[in-house]
Amino acid sequence: MIDIKNIAKTFGDRQVLKGIDGCFEPGQTSLIIGGSGTGKSVLLKCMIGLVKPDAGEVIYDGRDFLSGDKDLQKEIRREMGVLFQGSALFDSKTVLDNVRFPLDMLTDQSEEEKLDRAQECLKRVGLENAGDRMPSEISGGMKKRVGIARAIVLNPKYLFCDEPNSGLDPLTSIKIDQLIKEITDEYKVTTVIITHDMNSMMEIGEKIMFLYEGNKLWEGNSDTLTHSNVDELNEFINANKLIREMER
Amino acid sequence: MLTRIGDYFIFLGTLFRNREKMGVYLRLIIDECMSIGVGSIFIVALVNTFIGAVTCVQTAYNLTNPFVPKNIIALIVRDSSILELAPTLSCIVLAGKVGSNIAGELGTMRISEQIDALEVMGINSSSYLILPKVVASVLMFPLLVIMAAFLSILGGYIAGTLAGVISPEEYVSGLRFEYKPFGVTFALIKTVVFAFLVSTISAYQGYNVKGGALEVGTASTSAVTNSCIAIVAADFVLTQVLLT
Repeated sequence: MIDIKNIAKTFGDRQVLKGIDGCFEPGQTSLIIGGSGTGKSVLLKCMIGLVKPDAGEVIYDGRDFLSGDKDLQKEIRREMGVLFQGSALFDSKTVLDNVRFPLDMLTDQSEEEKLDRAQECLKRVGLENAGDRMPSEISGGMKKRVGIARAIVLNPKYLFCDEPNSGLDPLTSIKIDQLIKEITDEYKVTTVIITHDMNSMMEIGEKIMFLYEGNKLWEGNSDTLTHSNVDELNEFINANKLIREMER
Repeated sequence: MLTRIGDYFIFLGTLFRNREKMGVYLRLIIDECMSIGVGSIFIVALVNTFIGAVTCVQTAYNLTNPFVPKNIIALIVRDSSILELAPTLSCIVLAGKVGSNIAGELGTMRISEQIDALEVMGINSSSYLILPKVVASVLMFPLLVIMAAFLSILGGYIAGTLAGVISPEEYVSGLRFEYKPFGVTFALIKTVVFAFLVSTISAYQGYNVKGGALEVGTASTSAVTNSCIAIVAADFVLTQVLLT
């Protein structure tokens, strides 16, 4: 479980996060939604330690990630898997080496064990035959799947996905969502996803947090998403023509 | 300006803290040696051969006094190659080739979140990515400069004898005349310092890129210009300290 308490962050004279609280449960896909520039990615970066918040706490199963204890931070980071918006695959390595990379760096497993595990993860995302290809030779959807394989290769307890559907066609988006949901259920991972995608919200939004101008305005799930009294949220979801038509 | 210099020294500190296992670096250093060293042989060889040739012919053109022996031409080519042309000019060429490559590679990794990916795995990204480049540069630049000095002197020999400005015997005698072995030590000390400056300045520029493709291009340009400025400044300081 991940608890965030009163997370605040200011860049220059602009306060991006104004004291966000929340709780993300294991085995659940939690979505953070909101318009561009509302602080979603900054919140995610605060949670994974890429941005240091000005105030607040991030608690991973009772362990304070921001306490300043470097060893504890390292330990928690090794329990995380992160899928970046652009997949962040290493250009100079093959798909298989990308997936193997965390095993090479962070474990003492034998070469055979590492190879088996990397291939198992590639198979899990349906790319068992793409191991020898370079990231520049595969499509955007395949890159996302390789990113997921790399994120889960160390059996993470916490999985973070920054806009996993950005730049993908609707069909591939659904496949990526299903894959993340299956992994979350299968391994009881605490999954946090940043998204704008309405399909994702409706399909895998077991818990949804809506951010607006650095504040958390609403929390619920896919069932309650379209029945809120929050004008900003209604405006956000009604921007989607499909939802408007569904409501009519 | 002072803030940037301070940032640079803090950045240098991060290279040596929380390092990964030595085995990891060994493999990366070998890869970088191939890229930085072997990949630069052609350009360094070409530039220095011609520089040696030009130095020989121009020196001969300027030595019109019949009382000055012709073997002085070879002595001038030898000393200017070993003391200045091979180390300084080669490192300026390498700042263009290796420095821009380091800055471009790291800058692209930064904007495509590859460095963030390393950080969230708990890996010290600056140490993992940059330390092998610095070590490889410090190892390979001196080897390239030794080759450069040899080819510069050889270029002078070929040009001088083909142009008829000096005979092979006079050239060889000039090379042996008043030779001071400390010149080679001086050149190698300079090269190690230049290698460290080029690799760390370029890495600093690339690693701290913020923005997109435009900023990566700017970082590559800054890496080359700042490295060249650092090389000529360090050249003056080292010459003052070691040769006076």
